[in-house]
Amino acid sequence: METQTAASAPSPSRASVPGPWRMAGRSLTANRSAMTALAALMLVTFACLLAPFYAGDVARTDPFTSNVAGSFMLGGQEVDIMQPNDNPLHLGLSPVGPTWNPSAYMLGADSQGRDVAARLLYGGRNSLLISFSAALVCIAIATVVGVSAGFFGGFVDTALSRLMDIMWAVPVYLFAISLSIVTISQGLKIGPFTIESDNLLIPIFIIALVYVPYAARPIRGRVMALRNAEFVMAARSLGVPQHRILLRDIVPNVSTTLVVLTPLLTALALLAESALSFLSIGVQAPAASWGTIIQDGEGLIYTRPMVAIAPGLAIVIVVLALNILGDGLRDALDVRETSRRGA
Amino acid sequence: MRLKSFLIFGGACALFATASTTAFAEAPAPGAPASPHVGGTLRLAGQGMLGTMDPQVSYLHIAYQVLNVVYDGLTTFSKSPGPLTRQAIPDLAESLPPPEDGGLTYRFHLRHGLHFSNGKEVTPDDVAASMRRIFKVNSPTAGPYYSHIVGGAACLHYPDHCTLAGGVEPDDQNWTVTFHLTHPDSEFFDRLAFLHAAILPADAPTHDVGNDAAPGTGPYRIVSYDPNTGLRMERNPYFRQWDAEAQPAGYPDAITYTFGMDPEASVTAIENGQYDWMAENAPLDRLGEIGSRYADRVRLIDFLNLYYAALNVNIPPFNDLRVRQAFNYAINRKAMVIHAGGPAVSIPSCQLLPVGSPGFEPSCAYTKGASPEHPAQEWRAPDMERARQLIKEAGVSGQRVGIVSPSTPGYVAMANELRSTLADLGFVVSVRAITQAVQFTYIQNSDNRVQVGLTGWNADYPAASSYLQALLSCGTFTPHSDNSINISGFCDHGVDAIMDRAASVSVTDQKAGDALWAEASRAIMAQAPVVPLNQVRWVTLLSARVHGEIRAPIYEVVFSKFQLR
Repeated sequence: METQTAASAPSPSRASVPGPWRMAGRSLTANRSAMTALAALMLVTFACLLAPFYAGDVARTDPFTSNVAGSFMLGGQEVDIMQPNDNPLHLGLSPVGPTWNPSAYMLGADSQGRDVAARLLYGGRNSLLISFSAALVCIAIATVVGVSAGFFGGFVDTALSRLMDIMWAVPVYLFAISLSIVTISQGLKIGPFTIESDNLLIPIFIIALVYVPYAARPIRGRVMALRNAEFVMAARSLGVPQHRILLRDIVPNVSTTLVVLTPLLTALALLAESALSFLSIGVQAPAASWGTIIQDGEGLIYTRPMVAIAPGLAIVIVVLALNILGDGLRDALDVRETSRRGA
Repeated sequence: MRLKSFLIFGGACALFATASTTAFAEAPAPGAPASPHVGGTLRLAGQGMLGTMDPQVSYLHIAYQVLNVVYDGLTTFSKSPGPLTRQAIPDLAESLPPPEDGGLTYRFHLRHGLHFSNGKEVTPDDVAASMRRIFKVNSPTAGPYYSHIVGGAACLHYPDHCTLAGGVEPDDQNWTVTFHLTHPDSEFFDRLAFLHAAILPADAPTHDVGNDAAPGTGPYRIVSYDPNTGLRMERNPYFRQWDAEAQPAGYPDAITYTFGMDPEASVTAIENGQYDWMAENAPLDRLGEIGSRYADRVRLIDFLNLYYAALNVNIPPFNDLRVRQAFNYAINRKAMVIHAGGPAVSIPSCQLLPVGSPGFEPSCAYTKGASPEHPAQEWRAPDMERARQLIKEAGVSGQRVGIVSPSTPGYVAMANELRSTLADLGFVVSVRAITQAVQFTYIQNSDNRVQVGLTGWNADYPAASSYLQALLSCGTFTPHSDNSINISGFCDHGVDAIMDRAASVSVTDQKAGDALWAEASRAIMAQAPVVPLNQVRWVTLLSARVHGEIRAPIYEVVFSKFQLR
C-alpha cells in the first residue's frame, strides 16, 4: 500500500484550483500598496548597486578619502569643498551644500569633504546587505530552534524556550551594543578563524542573533499547532517516520510564516544596523552605512542638515516599504483569507 | 511738641536708616574690588571631569582654571592680558629674589598679613610644608619640576619621610623661605608659579584631598564639590588684594559650575542666558552661528598648544626614519586647519614649538620644496611625490598601521585625515577612537604597541622645555608605564645634549638659550618622531551679562575677572 502524507494527498479539485503559492502571488500582485513598496525597494537596491558607477563615472569622487582641502568644478568655476562661514569673525568652515548637480556634490559634502550622494549609495549597499543577510541568518537559526522546540516538545522545548526567554529578557539594543563593543574592539576569533573588527560578518551575526527569539517564538507556536493537526496525526498513525513528517508536513507549512517574517525582520535589522553604526560599533570607517552617514551629519545638523537627512530618509523609505511588503505578504499567504477570497 | 519731637526724631532715624542701608548695600564685600559690577553669581557650564580638587595633584587644565582663583604660589603668572611669553611674577613672595651661589640659592621674602580661607596666617612653615607635600602626595610633576631642590631626589624615593632638609629653609624671624637647588634652573620661578607648587596650610592632609578642598589664599574658596553634579565657590572672607596682577580681587560674589553639559548644550544655554561661560571650545558646527549672531560675545583666546601625531619609533613601520619623514611630507596641514575651524582659529604646525613659545623660530622641514637640511619658513603644501619615493625606498607599502585617537569629534576628524594620508601612501590603516581620559594614558604605555597616537599638548608654563624636553627627551620615556609622556619612545642623546645645554645657557643668557632651543627643535624634526599638525585658538562664548577683560595667558580666562551686569 502506498503511503502518502495528508498534505500531499490529491484532492478532487486540485486540477481546477490554483496552488496556494500561485494564489498568494495573485493576491500580492493585486495589492497596490505592496507592489508600490516592492518597486521602491527594488529602485533603492538598484541605485545602491550602481554606487561604483556613480562615484567613478558620474561624480568622479572617492567617497572614502578625506578631501577637506580639495575643490571641484561647478558651472565652469572651481569651488572649494569647505566654504568659509559668513560672519565678521570668519569663524568656522562648512562643507559645500547640495548642488543638485549629479556630477558635482549633488547632496553636498560631509565634514571630511566627501561626496554625500556617493557615500549614500555605498552606505546603502552595506546597510541593505547587512540587514537582508542578518534577516536570512536569523530566520535560519530561528527555524531550527522554533521547529525543534515545537515539534519535539519535552526537554528540548523547555531548554530552547528558556534560552529564548533569557535572550528576550535582555533589551535587544542593549544586547546588540554589548556584543558589538566586545567584537569591534578585538575582532572575533573562532578556532583558527579570525574575523577582523571591520568585517561586515560581525554586525550581520550580531543582529541575526539578537532577533532569533523574536522569530523563533511564532515559528514554535505554528509548529505546535501543526503537530496536532489532523494530517500530521494521520501521517503518524500511518507510521510515517518523524523526520519525514518534519520535512514534508511541518516545514512546508511553516514556510508561509518564514516568508512573512523575512521583510519584517529585514526592517528591524536595518534599524538595528543603523543604530549600531551611528554609535560607531557597526560598520567601521571609512566604509559607510546609512547609520555612519547620520553620525557624520550629527555635527553638521545646524549648517548642512542634508548630510543626516538623506540617509535618514533612505532608512524611512526602506523600512516603510519592507513593512508594507510584509503586511502584503501576510495578507496574501493567510490561508483562511485566501480561501474566503477564493470562495 | 512731643509729637513734633517724635516726628523729627523718627524722620532722622528713617533718614539714617535709609542712608546706612544704602551705604551698606553699596559697600563692596570684603576683598571685593570697588566697582559697580561687583556681585552676582557667575554660572559656568561644562562636561565635568574636574577630578581631584587637590591643587598639588590635579593635572587637568579645566581644574587649573578653577583652582587658580583659590590658591597661590610664591610666584604666579600675570592674570591680565599680555603676550604668551610673559615670565613669572611674585605672588605670595614680595619679589623675585636674585639668584645666589651661581643660581643655586633663592631667598624669598614672604608677604606679611596673608591669610588662608580658614583664617590662619600664611607662614614660612606653610611654604616649606607645601614643598614637602608635593612629594608626599606624589604630585605628577614632583620629579620633572621639583626634584632638583636639595633633598628632592630622596623625597622622590621615600615620599613619606620627605623633609627637604637643606633644600627648603623657612625662617620665621626674617619671614623668608630659602631654596637650595642641586643645579641652576632658568625656569625655577615658572615652576613655582605652576599650580602644583600652591601654598597650603602646614596641617593640610598629606594625601590627595579629593573632593574636600583644602583652604587657600585666593579670592574664592570651594564650599561644595560633587564630581558628578557641580561645584560652588564663594568669597574667601580673609582675602585682601595684595597685587592685582598676581591675584586680582573677584567681581562675582559666588561662582557655580554645573557639570554634564556637552558643548552643544552649553552654547544653547549661554545663548538663552542660562549660563555665562562654557568650559569646552565652541563646537565646530556652531562657529558660524555664534560668529554671525553673537560676534560681540565671542572671545578668541591664544594659548600655547600643539596638536600632533606621535609616531612609535621603536616598532615598524615608524622605526624607519624614511617612513616617519614620508608621513611628515604627506600630511596636509591645511586640512588640519580646516578641521579645527579654519584659518581664523588655527594655523599649521611644522615643529614641536608652538608659535609664541620661547625659542620658536619659523622653520618647516617637511613641505613642498623643503627638507630638514633646507627648511622653509612656513608650510606650503604636502609633497606626496617625495613621500611616495621614501615609502618605496623603505619597502613598507601594504603594512598595517593603527591610529589611536581620542573619541571626541574634532580628534576623530583629524584621525580620519591621518588615515586617508597613510592609505594614500599604501598602508592598510585602522583608527581606534577611545575616550580621551583613557586614550592619553593608553598611548603612553609602550606595552600597547600603539603605532600612531593622536594627541594635543598645552604648556604648563611658557618655556621651550615644556615641549621639547617634556615630550621627546630620553628621561621622559619610561617603557611599560602609563606615565611616559614621551609617547614616541624617542631617545637621541645628541638631541638631549643640545637641550641640556639650552637649559643651562638660559640661566644666564635667555637669548642664547632660546637659539639653542630652536636648534634642538630642528634636530628633533630631522628625526621626525612626531608629525606636528596644527595650533589652535580657543573660541569661547559669553552670556550677554558678562563684560570686562577676562583673558590672561597661561590661564586663558580668570573667573574672578568676570563682571556681571
